[in-house]
Amino acid sequence: MDELTLLLGAILVYNFALVQFLGLCPFMGVSGQLEGAIGMSLATAFVLTLSSSVSYAVYHWALVPLQVEFLRTIAFIITIAALVQLTEMTVRRLSPLLHRILGLFLPLITSNCAVLGVALLNTYRPENDTLLKATLYGFGAAVGFSLVLILMAALRERLLAANVPHPFRGAPLGLISAGLMALTFAGFAGMV
Amino acid sequence: MLQKTSAPHVSAPGGISRVMLWVAAALVPGVLGQLWWFGPGVLIQLAWCVLIALAAEALALRLRGQPVEVGLGDCSVLICALLLGLTLPGHAPWYVGLTATLSAVLLGKHVYGGLGHNPFNPAMIGYVVALIGFPIEMTRWTHPDAAVPLAEVWAAFSGALLPDQWTAATALEVFKLERGGMYEAEFKASRDIFGLFGGRGVEWVNALFLAGGLLLLLRGIITWHGPLGLLGALGLCALIGWDGGSSEGHGSALLHWFSGATMLGAWFILTDPVSTSATPWGRFVCGALAGVVTYCIRVWGTYPDAIAFGVLLSNFAAPLIDYYLRPRVYGHGRGAGRADE
Repeated sequence: MDELTLLLGAILVYNFALVQFLGLCPFMGVSGQLEGAIGMSLATAFVLTLSSSVSYAVYHWALVPLQVEFLRTIAFIITIAALVQLTEMTVRRLSPLLHRILGLFLPLITSNCAVLGVALLNTYRPENDTLLKATLYGFGAAVGFSLVLILMAALRERLLAANVPHPFRGAPLGLISAGLMALTFAGFAGMV
Repeated sequence: MLQKTSAPHVSAPGGISRVMLWVAAALVPGVLGQLWWFGPGVLIQLAWCVLIALAAEALALRLRGQPVEVGLGDCSVLICALLLGLTLPGHAPWYVGLTATLSAVLLGKHVYGGLGHNPFNPAMIGYVVALIGFPIEMTRWTHPDAAVPLAEVWAAFSGALLPDQWTAATALEVFKLERGGMYEAEFKASRDIFGLFGGRGVEWVNALFLAGGLLLLLRGIITWHGPLGLLGALGLCALIGWDGGSSEGHGSALLHWFSGATMLGAWFILTDPVSTSATPWGRFVCGALAGVVTYCIRVWGTYPDAIAFGVLLSNFAAPLIDYYLRPRVYGHGRGAGRADE
């Protein structure tokens, strides 16, 4: 039950893009088209789940015993970047199809604040105290991010046909829409 | 000039303004009910919202270089202002209505290109902005039994604090926060804010909005899909969560249907043809989504009523729902005409 609450909380209540304002660059940048958004969502789910579990292991099994917690930022960045790069190379060799879907998005999302954010939040949140919970938190964050990214992409495709006043075309309207979505998600506040 | 359009043609007199005026007419019984139970504050909010909305619409149309008379003449902004005014508590100060209406007309509608282009229901954008921006002011609902003197209503509108005996928490709020381990029936009997089957006063207002909605349905202005989806999903959730009225129960389907803004939301707000899905079954799915979200927030969230959040979330999901729920093109197989094929 704890795990379910954690997962739902990460998806809806503490949505990464709309409530915590993490990962806004891909949220605005890749939400122009539904196809791209779906590719980015899969890559995000992959990277966030992987990085949250690995960073948990690095933090609790290496940094804490050695009493060098202050190195966590740099340690997380290095391990996550190295790991994703390695995975990308493996995927390219083993499954060209998967690589074509995730391909470009993997390096893009790896350098994103949401990835470091989920690793750091895992160390700050006392309730994420096991490897399973830390991984679920990362997975939930990715699901929540993907959900709003895909909804946003469908919305922006529809807005292409709208008679939007000139100054608001493109990014301004995207940001206003994101703000209105964030207002909607404020309704979930306090649910977990 | 020769204008060619493709068949089939259906001719209907009046256009948008006729539809909007029918919606306004269908709102009348509910407005009268709200006036009867909650006093003249309702009229003040309505008038204030309409005034601001007309001014904002005229300003926006002027700035965008569009003909003002045509934009005001289609009456869509009037409906938006009426719906928004109905959702504001009768004793909210003037700046709540001002902020809400400006957000609705400018942010909710004109930034997206005006009538026919807004992906969200403007009235609900205004309401949510007010709810999050002024959480205290938005709780100043009149007690259904209080006869508040007109001078006090006016003072509340100009910003003075209304004495406590005239305001009351709504039935949904009381039900959610103040149960204190009592059985449902016992608790409802002990508080005068509950009526026969819903909230006191609010149940009749909801019934009148239901009647207005049925009128629109009979006139063919709305379809049944959206309201049935919302009310059905809300009722189904309430049935699943119903435990015979224990102290831990989440309220019966009747309480959820006839309290808060349920009927107004289901029949007048969710059915906005612009912001909801474009296909009949898409509308049903949108309604069901709104119903489930409303129930979840009412039961587990911090807000006592959540129709606005439910409707906005369904608006937000409508383009994706439309993408996957395309009707079959006549003469073609499933999925024909999808963008990626």
